[in-house]
Amino acid sequence: MSALMKEAPRLVRTQPLMELSGLSKSYGDVRALDDVSARVYPGEVLGIVGESGSGKSTLLRMMNLEESPDTGSYRLDLPELPEDLFALDRFERRMLRARRIGIVYQNPHLGLLMKHSSSGNVAERLLVAGERRFAVLREKAQVALEASEFPIPRMDAPPIELSGGMQQRVQLAKAIALEPAVLLLDEPTTGLDVSVQALVLDTLKRLQQERRITMVLVSHDLGVIRTMADRVMVMRHGRVIEEGLADQVFQDPQHNYTQQLVHAKL
Amino acid sequence: MSLSELTGRWKAFSYGFLDPSAKRELRRKMIKAVAVPGCQMPYASREVPIARGWGTGGLQVTLTLVKPASVVKVIDQGADDSVNAASIRRFLSRVSGASETWDTLDATLIQSRHRIPEERLSRDQILILQVPNPEPLRGVEPNMSTARQMHADADYGRMWLQLYEQMVRSGRVMLGASYPAMVNGRHVMTPSPIPRWDVKKLHMAEHLTILSAGREKRIFAVPPHTRVEPLVFDDVPYKVEDHANLTCARSGVTGYFMNEIPQEDGSAGYEVSDSHFGIKAIDARDGGTPTVGQTWYKNGELA
Repeated sequence: MSALMKEAPRLVRTQPLMELSGLSKSYGDVRALDDVSARVYPGEVLGIVGESGSGKSTLLRMMNLEESPDTGSYRLDLPELPEDLFALDRFERRMLRARRIGIVYQNPHLGLLMKHSSSGNVAERLLVAGERRFAVLREKAQVALEASEFPIPRMDAPPIELSGGMQQRVQLAKAIALEPAVLLLDEPTTGLDVSVQALVLDTLKRLQQERRITMVLVSHDLGVIRTMADRVMVMRHGRVIEEGLADQVFQDPQHNYTQQLVHAKL
Repeated sequence: MSLSELTGRWKAFSYGFLDPSAKRELRRKMIKAVAVPGCQMPYASREVPIARGWGTGGLQVTLTLVKPASVVKVIDQGADDSVNAASIRRFLSRVSGASETWDTLDATLIQSRHRIPEERLSRDQILILQVPNPEPLRGVEPNMSTARQMHADADYGRMWLQLYEQMVRSGRVMLGASYPAMVNGRHVMTPSPIPRWDVKKLHMAEHLTILSAGREKRIFAVPPHTRVEPLVFDDVPYKVEDHANLTCARSGVTGYFMNEIPQEDGSAGYEVSDSHFGIKAIDARDGGTPTVGQTWYKNGELA
């Protein structure tokens, strides 16, 4: 190595916050994921698009440690975590989910207790993480609900009495209550009317800009992905067929399927 | 050929009603329950000559522990003289030859429905609580398999959430009986439907408590000197029933758990719930010299 090279300053290379390598998963004869790898960098929004059955939700469930692959590994660049998170047992996964990973489901019934109060739904996350002071639970629940632009006078109303958009805001408040390292969004605006969709996306964008929350957004709606994502991963038949910066993928799609997808949308 | 010809002449083949294999099953599960305080142990619950839900769980434990030298006390919501308590006590005495008593201090085995006596229990005594619903997670998780997994993971966030919801809606915890308690810092149990007044009597107690649900086929235990801590928020203290200043209309004692007796004019009268403790108090008031043990509560406060 030359002297010049030895003295050259090292380039600062950002480590990925989340790194999934070689994930494969089969359900019987159906190959849901086939050697999928993904990296998510701190503060970015990774959009995952694909048709129904392409494996994007399975991938998100693995990111949330709800499921394990047949092969593959998962690393989160956080202190005191093992090299492969799939090695964690059920209890450790639950604690990691409670403290470091937030998720918003497409269907609020999956993420919320519909008959408990909205503030209670947010408090549940804090309780699982070990908070035992009632006053602190109230305060933190209120702060999280305010951040997700939920009307505070209704903070003790049960989600079953709320509109779809409000239910998604409760889910969002629950997800961000503990300042997660990564926020997973599984079709968060699907089923909402366009005006409410826009409001929820505005909230997500504001949160992302203010707090630099790392997000993984799964959607089949290219408009949503285009609005939110910095990078895009296109999936089909359990494989990643194209990946790149959002502008690049949308303006100059390389794969035939991505071209069809983009043109169909346009 | 008649049935009597087919079967042998009847004779008592086992002591204390239960057959040896049933007793062995109960003993093994009781030992396990003592080894892991507060953890529910499934067991093969047998038929006994009372209906499910009337104390079959407690009765099977008592029948397993009883011996001729035992002194048995049975209480039903504090009363020694209720039909259910009297029937069970007489049955136990008849099948085992054990002595019967109403006095807490004399008893070696105390089978109880919904109360713990007011006089302190000693290390030589065993309290057997009848439990209608042993699963504290039932209200928050109806699926039994999931509930058992939650116990295994010590996943009790939803229990606290239940308390949070009550605080939000009512400004206080609304659980009157079956108040969930953490045993030995690990398992949450329901202490059977004893009032909140009694839950703290289990904390670091001298005696062994065995809780048994015959219909649900579950046994759990609180060994002596074991922590039993009601689930509470750090900033919302545990409260017992507001009975500290109530006075028993019959015995005149104050500062114990009372039964509320509706009066004809719409008001309420009170009498001490532990019936034999009340009898002792009446005896003392009338000039007798009954032996009254140390009580858990003094002047309405836990001593």
